[in-house]
Amino acid sequence: MATPLSLRVVEAEARVYRRTWRGSVASSFLNPVLYMLAMGLGLGALVDANMPGGIDGVSYLTFLAPGILAANAMQTGATEGAWKVMGGIFWAKTWHARLASPISIEGLVLGHLLWSTGRVVMVSVIFAVVIAAFQVAPLFESLLAVGPAVLLGAAMVSATTAFTVRLKEQAGLPMFFRFVVLPMFLFSGAFFPISQLPNWLQPVALITPVYHGVELARSIVIGAPPAVTWWISTAYLAAWIVGFGLLCVKPLRKRLMP
Amino acid sequence: MNLHDPRVPNVQPRTGTRRVPPTGIVARVSAIAIHAHALSKRFGDLIAVDAISFDVKKGESFGFLGPNGAGKTSTMRMIGATSPISGGELIVLGLNPDTDGPTLRSQLGVVPQENNLDEELTVHDNLMMYGRYFDMSRAEIRERIDELLDFVQLTEKRDSKIQALSGGMKRRVVIARGLINDPDLFILDEPTTGLDPQARHVLWDRLYRLKQRGVTLIITTHYMDEAEQLCDRVVVMDKGRIVAEGSPRALIDEYAPGEVVELRFPIGVLEEIGGQIQDLASRTEVLADRALVYTGDAEQTINTIRESSLEPETVLARRSTLEDVFLRLTGRSLVE
Ligand SMILES: Nc1ncnc2c1ncn2[C@@H]1O[C@H](COP(=O)(O)OP(=O)(O)OP(=O)(O)O)[C@@H](O)[C@H]1O
Ligand SMILES: [Mg+2]
Repeated sequence: MATPLSLRVVEAEARVYRRTWRGSVASSFLNPVLYMLAMGLGLGALVDANMPGGIDGVSYLTFLAPGILAANAMQTGATEGAWKVMGGIFWAKTWHARLASPISIEGLVLGHLLWSTGRVVMVSVIFAVVIAAFQVAPLFESLLAVGPAVLLGAAMVSATTAFTVRLKEQAGLPMFFRFVVLPMFLFSGAFFPISQLPNWLQPVALITPVYHGVELARSIVIGAPPAVTWWISTAYLAAWIVGFGLLCVKPLRKRLMP
Repeated sequence: MNLHDPRVPNVQPRTGTRRVPPTGIVARVSAIAIHAHALSKRFGDLIAVDAISFDVKKGESFGFLGPNGAGKTSTMRMIGATSPISGGELIVLGLNPDTDGPTLRSQLGVVPQENNLDEELTVHDNLMMYGRYFDMSRAEIRERIDELLDFVQLTEKRDSKIQALSGGMKRRVVIARGLINDPDLFILDEPTTGLDPQARHVLWDRLYRLKQRGVTLIITTHYMDEAEQLCDRVVVMDKGRIVAEGSPRALIDEYAPGEVVELRFPIGVLEEIGGQIQDLASRTEVLADRALVYTGDAEQTINTIRESSLEPETVLARRSTLEDVFLRLTGRSLVE
């Protein structure tokens, strides 16, 4: 029962999304274009001039592109897991309405995770196309790298949702973005190898999901084996998706079905 | 519970297939829409619903009255399978809300106390979305939306965004939404709060039609005239308990028979003369803004007042209503 009705939740979200899809798709294109221009032509030129051998043997932009593809998927996942949930349970209380229908808490959570992951797919595919258009990497490899990026994005949807449904006050979310999402975005290997981090910080970067998503995406684009064996990283991200997904259920039940 | 209340019309099953006339205990149980026994709801240390028992027959319209915080919404939510029970027994349409939640909810319509529409979507999209949660086909829902918008008189607002509607219109959209799945049991938590008198009367008429089609109605309201109009039976709740139960007429006869003389005094006077008012009749009530004197003969009471030293600003005689019952049973300024 939970599965087919969770698809109805996906459908409902799509109906909501349809209202703003144009702006959303446009900014999904603009975002990577701006990154490619600023980081590639501006910063990248500078880095490449100072590092004749390149980073990991490739130009900075080629190093960077799969990294931001993944980190951007992470941000998208966090955004979907945060504000939409906040709207559903705090503001419009549309999730309360859903639960007066045959939809169960599990179906609601599953539907939300599915839709949000779908959003990550959309954003990441567009990102990959832009990377290929800038001739930073071939289209095929770029699209392959969407796989780990989506895995990472989905892990972040689960984790952020599990966080949001536990919030007593809305103020927790901006803090979450400032102190968790932004540092993960900047320091987990997307912009520079984590070997640049102070020694004590490296293990911290290693346990973030971003590091694993970035490494997997990059290894596909560069064609070099990742620092951590691919199946360990994959299993780790999958564990985040399932683990935090399950952790959404109980607090949500407490909140929506008190 | 009076199973032979003449106010309850004989309801035909809606599906056309006439059921065998009820015989014996089994049939009687199946004629029950809701059975609650010692039903309780606790939130931590707070007891919101305190071991209440009641039965609602299929096709009946049943009201929950009571002051703010009495436990009405908590009871509605347990019946609607969106809040687990803390104790006692509850059976709704033959199902256990705690274990058969989704199945039960597929047969219910709910109008929650708080509107929770998607403000950024149109009326149509809100209803379509909701119908899809019940796994109805789009064509089926489209047809239903036309019917329902006609029913709540919002046809011309079909493609308006919710945020552009007035409060009363939103309420009507919520009512339409609650009916999207053609429910057997319709639960309405303060359905007419925010509606203008005309819209309220239209809604009463619509609810009456639903009832005639055999839909069981559960209603909470703070409007006593509404309860008198709509409900075959009501319970009055206070502090989580049921303090009275019966048809509106029976409750009036029991708790506030006869007539009422309402007296208004200049500000501050009531506190001083409270004792004098109590002497006027065997039952009186001194409220914040006025005093009520319950009497068998209003004319005689008014004469007594004229002859006394009391100098009310206004005197009004009327038949007693459910409002008087409510005040007597739950009023804080109750004087016995
Ligand atoms: N989710 C909750 N958590 C904690 N306490 C709650 C919760 N919901 C209701 N209560 C408490 O339970 C009691 C009964 O509340 P309820 O909403 O059932 O009252 P009500 O009769 O519907 O009142 P009103 O007429 O104001 O709508 C109140 O004291 C309320 O504070
Ligand atoms: Mg209430």
